Amino acid sequence: MQAVSLIRSRTVVLPAPNIDTDQIIPARFLTVTTREGLGKQLFADWRYDAAGQPRPEFALNRPEAAGCTVLVAGRNFGCGSSREHAPWALVDHGFRAVISSEIADIFRNNSLKNGLLPVVVDDSTHAWLLEHPGAEVSIDLANNSLNLPGRAVNFRIEAFARYCLLNGVDEMGFLRGKLPDIERYEAARGW
Amino acid sequence: MAARTLFEKVWAAHEVVPETADTPAVLYIDLHLIHEVTSPQAFSVLRSLQLPVRRPDRTLATLDHSTPTRTEQVFGNVPIVLDDAAKQVQAMQRNCAEFGVELFDLRDARRGIVHIIGPELGASQPGTTIVCGDSHTSTHGAFGALAFGIGSTEVGHVFATQCLLQRKPKTFAINVAGRLQPGVTAKDLILAIIGQVGVGGGTGHVFEYRGPGINALSMDERMTICNMSIEAGARAGMVAPDETTFAYLKGRPRVPTGAAWEQALEHWRALVTDPGASFDKQVDIDASTLTPMITYGTNPGMVLPIGESIPQKRGDAVFDKALAYMGFTAGDAMLGKPIDVAFIGSCTNGRLEDLQAAARVLKGRKVAAGVRLLIVPGSQAVKREAEGLGLAKIFIDAGAEWRESGCSMCLGMNGDTVAKGKYAVSTSNRNFEGRQGVGARTLLASPYTAAASAVAGRLVDPREML
Repeated sequence: MQAVSLIRSRTVVLPAPNIDTDQIIPARFLTVTTREGLGKQLFADWRYDAAGQPRPEFALNRPEAAGCTVLVAGRNFGCGSSREHAPWALVDHGFRAVISSEIADIFRNNSLKNGLLPVVVDDSTHAWLLEHPGAEVSIDLANNSLNLPGRAVNFRIEAFARYCLLNGVDEMGFLRGKLPDIERYEAARGW
Repeated sequence: MAARTLFEKVWAAHEVVPETADTPAVLYIDLHLIHEVTSPQAFSVLRSLQLPVRRPDRTLATLDHSTPTRTEQVFGNVPIVLDDAAKQVQAMQRNCAEFGVELFDLRDARRGIVHIIGPELGASQPGTTIVCGDSHTSTHGAFGALAFGIGSTEVGHVFATQCLLQRKPKTFAINVAGRLQPGVTAKDLILAIIGQVGVGGGTGHVFEYRGPGINALSMDERMTICNMSIEAGARAGMVAPDETTFAYLKGRPRVPTGAAWEQALEHWRALVTDPGASFDKQVDIDASTLTPMITYGTNPGMVLPIGESIPQKRGDAVFDKALAYMGFTAGDAMLGKPIDVAFIGSCTNGRLEDLQAAARVLKGRKVAAGVRLLIVPGSQAVKREAEGLGLAKIFIDAGAEWRESGCSMCLGMNGDTVAKGKYAVSTSNRNFEGRQGVGARTLLASPYTAAASAVAGRLVDPREML
């Protein structure tokens, strides 16, 4: 996993609440056995018409969205299925952070494991971001700070996930380091 | 010891290392269920790290999501139509063989939807931790297990260590008073609960469904309830085990016998929330006041009693967009809406009692002209039971399609889809845009409502056919 520190970008905004993982990547694209290359199917049914052509009005297809790495989305982003294909597709497309007022549990966990920073902000900051698509923001994970034009707000992120993101390490090494504890636990339960 | 909830008891018993401010808990996983869609990337991680599956004896694999349901494709020599789906099935067969994981292969008599076969085998037991790369893992909470969905990276963690790093979630009591009225089902109850809590209301929490309205339910019904916990944002939902649970489990293949059974019972009987234990949140609902429910929008929280009309919400663009997708207008009555497809099956409503409910409606009746009724049992065992009881004959005589088991039209990965713009009354769990096919319009309902609407060719209150 790539280390995350400072993310600086204009925002792309998808204001709808409850954007589920079936919208982020529809199930018909899950018949893969690898995790790469899913970016082209990101938001497929919103992004492309029936002929496979980009819909010009969709936020990700607008010229100003090119190169943006921060997605601002409506409340309860990432609800629904546990498919890790959702953050894989977002990362493959180029996103490095998702900001919302609430992010669904499994999607948030999956994002943290793929270097996609889930940033949960208060309702008024969220409302401002939804109303200002294309705003220049920076996310400073080292200081838990989201910097908006003229002000900064703090966000909370689980301490160990933050450590992993800042250092570009995954949890597997840490967990495997607990194998002696795991073996003791199994022995105690006769498991 | 302080009074604890059921969840807290199960959590504490599985903490290998408790959480601290800096690190999450190391939580032990008793049963790891896997399927072909979310496991291949995790097997690749093991391969790249040159690691084995640490506890293949605690891992159970099945094929369900992208598998065909046509008998000639499962048991004949007709190939799987979708090339990628066929490759995924083959990858699963190779991975399980290489890593020594028991796979219920395509033609195995024990195969089925992952959340149907765990309970059927007696592998889903009270007080255990169960995970799967699938959000409907919450189903197994019906047994008093802590069961939740995980991503593929975490599937890899469980493969390698049989553990997960987890922060302890909060607790949320869903207090259900009263009994369901005839013709009103567990599906209607959970839809009403989701409508009340909201699709994000359970985020960060584990539900415990409790009270007389829950105690009165069968295991099949409790599984329907726990299954849809995730649709309210809760990763897990639990029901305290009781005599109904023990009676269901006794004699199943993976349940202990003899003295070990007595010992297990003693342990399981303690798995209740202590009097005086507190929950972080709670809601109350009276099951006796409910009628059959139907969704009208594009998430399971957009739901109402089937006799009511779609509400007016002026100035709500998201609401308007959902109605536009569905081709509905605020103020429309739901009763009488024409339908094109009815789907009975899935991990929500693909168990024997669900098929018995459908048969009660369909016996001696015919599916309306122009309507397709697809009935897909949740497992091969359910299929055999349904055939043995004569249910399959009732379905076929009514004009329904009767298939082999799998996830099928719940998410349409295997090619069982609903066409663009068509209306499907579905006993599955998600009415998201495009869930059952590009542009498909899903109306979530109980097996009674799906069967009755298939007969009428339009949405009807099933109680008029019972």
